[in-house]
Amino acid sequence: MDAAFLFGQLFNGFSVASLYILAALGLALSFGLMRVINMAHGEILMVGSYLAYLTILFVPGPMGIIVAMLVAFLGAGMLGGLLEVTLVSKLTSRPLDTLLATWGVSLILQQAARDLFGATGVSVTAPAWLDGGFALGPLQLPTIRLFILLLAALILGGLAALLRYTRIGLLVRAVNQDRATAAAMGVNVRQVDAFIFALGAGVAGVGGVVLALLGPVTPTVGQGYIVTAFLVVILGGLGSVVGTTLAALMIGLFMALSQIFVDVSFAQVLTLIFVILFLQFRPQGVIAVRSRALDAE
Amino acid sequence: MTGTLPIKQAATGVALILAIAAPWLLSAYDLNLLARFLALSLTAMGLVLIWGEGGILSLGQGVFFGLGGYALAMHLKLAGLAEGELPDFMIWSGTEALPWWWSLVKSPFAAVAAVLVVPTALGALMAWAIFRRRIGGVYFALITQALALAFATLLVSQQGLTGGFNGLTDYQTLFGFNLNLPSTTLALYFITLALVVAGLLGLRWLLASRYGKLLRASRDGANRMRFLGYDPTPYKVIAFAVAALLTGMSGALFTLHAGVVSPALVGVVPSIEMVIWAAIGGRNSLIGAIAGALLVNFAKDKISTAMPEVWLYGLGALFIAAVTILPQGLAGLFGPDHPFRPGKAGDLFARWRRERAKTASQPIAGEAAP
Repeated sequence: MDAAFLFGQLFNGFSVASLYILAALGLALSFGLMRVINMAHGEILMVGSYLAYLTILFVPGPMGIIVAMLVAFLGAGMLGGLLEVTLVSKLTSRPLDTLLATWGVSLILQQAARDLFGATGVSVTAPAWLDGGFALGPLQLPTIRLFILLLAALILGGLAALLRYTRIGLLVRAVNQDRATAAAMGVNVRQVDAFIFALGAGVAGVGGVVLALLGPVTPTVGQGYIVTAFLVVILGGLGSVVGTTLAALMIGLFMALSQIFVDVSFAQVLTLIFVILFLQFRPQGVIAVRSRALDAE
Repeated sequence: MTGTLPIKQAATGVALILAIAAPWLLSAYDLNLLARFLALSLTAMGLVLIWGEGGILSLGQGVFFGLGGYALAMHLKLAGLAEGELPDFMIWSGTEALPWWWSLVKSPFAAVAAVLVVPTALGALMAWAIFRRRIGGVYFALITQALALAFATLLVSQQGLTGGFNGLTDYQTLFGFNLNLPSTTLALYFITLALVVAGLLGLRWLLASRYGKLLRASRDGANRMRFLGYDPTPYKVIAFAVAALLTGMSGALFTLHAGVVSPALVGVVPSIEMVIWAAIGGRNSLIGAIAGALLVNFAKDKISTAMPEVWLYGLGALFIAAVTILPQGLAGLFGPDHPFRPGKAGDLFARWRRERAKTASQPIAGEAAP
């Protein structure tokens, strides 16, 4: 095996990891805050993809994709907020039930997309400035993949800054650490929940635009990423941004590197075994938010 | 079971009599459907054990269903062949020799043993690895979901070994009996019915025993259980293994009745659909689980043949309704098998009752609403 091939796989690993980060961040944030898993998260990615498709229809040209990202962020964020207020917030005390109810939402959204856009995929053409690639020795790195890496890094940085430096970030961290105490100190935990859910959905919407650039947009486009995104959340620990990032990198690299030796389906099985084995050593995930609660889950 | 109403016992008796009389009441097609869905109800009962009573939500029951189904289907493929011959799909995809794990199920007794042992052993091993580290709840649900995805992907990708996307079909004989004869079909229906009744009685006994009490305790307060000197892990592992056993049997029986097993029955989506059978029927009621499996699947069969696009909306709405309006499922409508757990935040009915109580008490001046 030559070095160029190995580096190519490494780059692929980072590239896939950047997608997982976009798909998993929203999940991880709302999971950390509310302990609920949103099974319709994949469909929020899908909605982002279709919003990108529609936006490009109305705003062609090189900057269409930037507009599409804004539209997808806002559209998916609004959808997420709506979902939180109408359904998730009613079920927060029963996380497993939330999971089932949001699965129902995901089925409905998928079928709605099938009825609106057809079962076969529509496609979004990437603008010309994303074509081509950079040559790095014998390696050809596609511009579009570099763009996605950069985008993921920007979103991560923005999110970290939001949580670290703004007042809403302070409130989010307070609720994350101790919901009851934060509520007793006058933090409106319901609003914080809704905000984080909507923000996470918005990030997923941007993730959907990225997926639209990479392949055809189908009603099940989100499903391909979502199970792995769940694994990222489990591996990352309770809703920590750093944990999610590290976990996405670990899983992305593990998948890409194991594909040197085995085919894709075996790589999936190996990744699952890797996650279960990892949890044998660190059941709380890569980064654990410490809690003194006895029955915390 | 404590406090069962006579009317419930009577209804159960009538249902059993109807089930025994079904071969003479239904068309051959509908009887086959009934047999299939009765087989599925074993899976739903397993979910009552782990999810309703144990608080463990598994989104990967399709794996055990598939292991049972494929173990039997592999035997059925081999049973129709002469010595040294390969199954048709292996010849098409260029596999030259029978893989060793296929030859294990050459004898029908070995196949039945595999149906019982393989899912149980894998379920126990997985549950032990995960529960030992006190991983549970949503984490467990998501890990099992990933397992279902990996299993289905493996089956599809190994075309030459598993039949790939099309799965295994076209069976002729089992234990020397011709599967296409009406008498065999009838016998298989009664075997399925007997296993469902046996599963029902067995699980009833298990849940009424001291073990059942400790399983519920590990659901409701694992830490309190630890303080009292019990380790919750073995109780959960046993529950999961028993559920895996039931699900494996369910898969094998379903494969017999449907005449096919394929990755489309074991992946992520079917695995989650299995949960809705138990949820609709009632996650704490074994009878409810059987009713849920039958109702949801008959509804699916009738609706999806008439209007396939409506079914997914319906299924989605069922999921939402099952947790918001009817957390105890249909069984919750007919008196408690278990004491009703009131006032959880998500129970819309509880809230509706509270609000009704509030408005009702308003005219009485000076009295605070409860």
